Parts: sequence; C-alpha cells; structure tokens
Amino acid sequence: MSTDALTVPTVQVRVPPRSWRSEVRAVKIVWRRELIRFQKDRMRIVTSLVQPLLFLFVLGSGLQQLSAASTHGVDLKTFIYPGVLCISVMFTAMFSAASIVWDREFGFLREMMVAPVRRSSIVVGKVLGGATVASLQGLILLALAWAVHVPYSVGLVLGVFALQLLLAFSITAFGVMVAARITQMQSFMGVMQMIVMPMFFISGALFPVGDLPGWLAFLNRIDPITYAVAPMRTLVFDNLNLSAEAVHTLNPPITWFGWAVPVALQIFMVFALGMAMLGIAVVEFNAGD
Amino acid sequence: MTAPAISVRNLRKSFGDFEAVKGVSFEVATGEVFGFLGPNGAGKTTTINMLCTLTKPTSGHAEVAGFDVVTARDDVRRHIGLVFQDQTLDGYLSAEQNLRLHAELYGVESKVVKPRMEQVLRMVGLWERRDSQVLTFSGGMRRRLEIARGLMHSPRVLFLDEPTIGLDPQTRASIWGYIRQLQQSEEITIFMTTHYMDEAEFCGRIAIMDGGEIVALDTPRALKEAVGADRIRIETADDERAIAALGERFGLEATVSEGAVSFAVAEGEEFVPRLFAELDVPIKAVNLSRPTLDDVFMSHTGSTIRDAEESAAKNKNRAVMQAMAGRR
Repeated sequence: MSTDALTVPTVQVRVPPRSWRSEVRAVKIVWRRELIRFQKDRMRIVTSLVQPLLFLFVLGSGLQQLSAASTHGVDLKTFIYPGVLCISVMFTAMFSAASIVWDREFGFLREMMVAPVRRSSIVVGKVLGGATVASLQGLILLALAWAVHVPYSVGLVLGVFALQLLLAFSITAFGVMVAARITQMQSFMGVMQMIVMPMFFISGALFPVGDLPGWLAFLNRIDPITYAVAPMRTLVFDNLNLSAEAVHTLNPPITWFGWAVPVALQIFMVFALGMAMLGIAVVEFNAGD
Repeated sequence: MTAPAISVRNLRKSFGDFEAVKGVSFEVATGEVFGFLGPNGAGKTTTINMLCTLTKPTSGHAEVAGFDVVTARDDVRRHIGLVFQDQTLDGYLSAEQNLRLHAELYGVESKVVKPRMEQVLRMVGLWERRDSQVLTFSGGMRRRLEIARGLMHSPRVLFLDEPTIGLDPQTRASIWGYIRQLQQSEEITIFMTTHYMDEAEFCGRIAIMDGGEIVALDTPRALKEAVGADRIRIETADDERAIAALGERFGLEATVSEGAVSFAVAEGEEFVPRLFAELDVPIKAVNLSRPTLDDVFMSHTGSTIRDAEESAAKNKNRAVMQAMAGRR
C-alpha cells in the first residue's frame, strides 16, 4: 500500500478565492460540456431533424397542390423554409433546456450547484451551451437551402446563423426558467410542448400573417416567435428574386395598429425577452437552496 | 493541536414542524476520521448538508475549515470535497472529462490539473479507464471515481455520505484502503456517515445519532467499554413471560429486538448456566456476544439500528415530503 503512495507523488492543489476569472472558467466548462454531450449523442442529432423535415417536405410538397394559385409562383417549400429554420432550433433548444431536468434527476446538477462559483455562471453556461448546440443543428437545415430553391450567399448563411443563435438562446433561456420550477421530466416536456407548439403555429411560420382573422392576428402579434420568424423570412426572401406582389402577399410587414414594426425592433424584442427570461432563471436558481 | 476542522454549536434544522436535527454540538480535529453513525432518518444527511452549505441551518452555528457555513459559503466550498449518497457523475462524459469539469468549476490552477488527476485516478485504480464513458462503469467504479473527484481540488475536509452503501465487500474494503492512505499522504480531515456498524469501527471517533440528536460521542473503543457488559440474546417459546421472569428472578431489564429477547449482564459466560437452570420458560437458542457498536447503539437508544430504521422510515418519508414541499 505504501509503495503505491510512493510511486504517485501527492500533488497539492490550492483553490483560489472566487474571482471573475473563475466565473468565466465555470461558464466556459458548462458550455463545453453541452457541446461534448451533443457531439456524443448522434441519435439526438438525427431525431431532432425529423420534425423540421416533415414540415418542409411533406407538408410543403403536399399543400403545394392547393396553394400554387395563391403564392404567385413561389414554391410553398420556399415559403415555409424560414419557418422551418426556426422550428428546428426551437425544438433542439427545448431539449437542451430539458437536460437541466435530467441533470437534476441524475444528480449532476448538485455537483455543479455545490461548486464555489455563482449559480448564475452555471445558468449562463447552460443557456449559451444550449443555444450553440441548437444553432449547430440549425446549420444542417441551412444546408438544405438548395432543395427549396434558395441560393446561397455569405449574407444568408451568416444572417440565418445569427438569427438561429438568437432564437435558440431565447428558447433555451425560457426552458431553463421553466426547468427551475418543474423538476420532473414528463411534466417538463408536457409544459414545453403545451407552450412551444402553439407559439410555433401561431407565429406564422407556416402561413403569411397579412389578412388573418382578428383573434388570430391578435394572438400572432403577442407571440414572441412571430418576431423571430418574420426577420428570418425577410432575410431569406431578400436572397430571392420575387415579384413585389409575391413579397407583399407572402411576407407582409408585421403591424401594430397599422404601424409596421421595424425588423431591428423585432430582433431586439426576441433578444430582450431572452435576457429577461435568463434573468428570471438566475433568480430562480439562486433562490432554491 | 491546531484549530478544529469542523466545529458545530447547537445546530438545528426543521422542515415545517418536523425537527430533523435537534441542536447538535461537536468538534472534529484536523486529520481525524470522524464517523456519524445512525439509522436512516436519524438526521445524518441533513447535518452533512448543513456543513456542506447545501442546506441552511434553522439555527445554531457551524464552521468548516475555519469558515462559517452560512456567512462564508464559498470559502467553505473551496475547502471541502463531497461524495454524495446518490451518484452525481455525468455518464456521457469520460472519467477524465468528469474530473476536468470539476477542476474547472473549482478553479484549480491549469498546470496542476493533469498531475493531480493522474494521482487521484491512480489512487482509485481508474487511471487505465480514464477515457471510458462513465456510463460503462459499474457501481463500485463510479463510487471510486466520485471519491477521486472529491479529492481533485485537495480539500481540507472530505465529506463522505454513506460512501460504501450498496457496494460489494471488495469495493468497500478498497474504499477504506483509500481513506487510510489519504490520512497518511495528505493533511485531510474525513467526515463520514454510515449505518454499517462494522465500518464505524475504522473511525477515530464516532458520534451516534438517533432521532436528530447525538446520543453518544467517543472513540469506538471507549464507547464499547462504557457498555461494559456482555450481551445475551435468547429465543424463547414465550418472549413476554421470559422478560417478566428475567426481571423477577435476576433483576435484569430485557427487551425484544429482531425477534429475540436481549439483555446485558456483567459476566456472560457464567450467567448462561444459571439462566438455563433457573428460567422456567423454554429456551430455543442462545447467543452470547462481547459488546459491539451495535450494543453501544442499543444501550443509548434502546433498539437495534435495524429496528430504529424501520420506525424512522415513516418519519423520513414525512421529512422528505416536507422538504420537497418546503423547497418552493
């Protein structure tokens, strides 16, 4: 026994007092853990592609026969492509947030919670990690642009990636906020589906938001996802050569009582909401001891 | 001796109207292996959680490694290592990645991470398996990895909450091997809970906890000596009559536990022949034993640890439910 102790010399370690540098290290390692786990979980990469592909190719091709007349010659797949870019990151982000519930169930959350770092660093690392993973997933769908007649350009790729990152960030923050209170996986997924599915449908990812019935128009305007889908569609459409009527019908401006909301404000709203939810998540995790 | 590694005064914790820990006080010296012994539900884990800053005490005062557990939470955390009752590893990561994550969270200096990792992994015999996913590890390997992880940042106090529960005898023995080795190679204080009596013997000192209170605290040897008497357990045809007869004839106080009548006498070997001659209740079996920690426990609480566990189970369920309700 003592020979063992002799062959391996004792390495003394000192843990320094908490500083901003240790917080940055904590954020970074929590973020990296999400990436490592994503990379190891091939199954998840494949399964979370199914839903967006269904929407894009099955729904898109199927309804194409009905809608050819009203889309001004634009392929329905092209029309719903921006919406599908959004949905793909939404669901991946949701699963990323769900991992905090798993972590709690499998005890790993405790290991992170007892570390001598701020809880906010853990939460921020988790949200950034989830957002990154979801955007990487989104890149796979970006690779399908050619299949829906959208030509590539540097602006398109960077723009889509940035918007996906932003949306994924907000959804993960939302999920982590929910996960702070809901500690069981089944309830968590139930709640997320119940909230995210309607938000996705109402957002106009699958239909133009110009002449909606009053109640739907109202719901659409208060749905945060609307303000992620609209910039995404504008970005994709800017990359196409569409007639003015087509743009007008398919991508009408989002209006509040007749005032067209600028794209920059839309993007800012998604960001602000994400930050607000991140803030709530941090408070929630700090409160629970 | 230097300042105590742990000092606790009148520490108390209630969940709703259930008092899980009813004001405990003790000190643990630096370098000591200190054991907390008691049935499930006795308040051991709650006490450990308060010392590790995971649960806020309702009242009282506790210092770990010289820092107050309430006001200097982060300083306490920097100086302690934790091995929980339930496993807290990330199964998707490799052993090495789990340790690296820990080192990063604790802010361990980058240049010592590698050598320290090698040291702790070699100690628990997992260096060869460092690149394997933890999912592929057996229960014993996971526990060993958790101990290695708890040591990554050279804690001054290592808390082990039931470190050997549910493990096979070999793994249990090797875990005790590490603990002794650690005592020699590093200046570390070990605070552990257990409800295995035979393991408590390895501790320098033990505190026996029952119903949220410390009922005895000393070295295992002194505790056993204090009991003094030998313990006799008899199986009889009629336990109640046997207890009554023991009281009348010999002036002994006997109790029923684990299906046998049990009592303590000073000179066990000489007493047994008298017992057979004079007790008018038929005896089916007899068992004489020198004092063990089980007897210590029994003499302080009036029941064996297993009996205490059964009755505590109800309370514990209640406490857990209240803790869950109280968390939000």
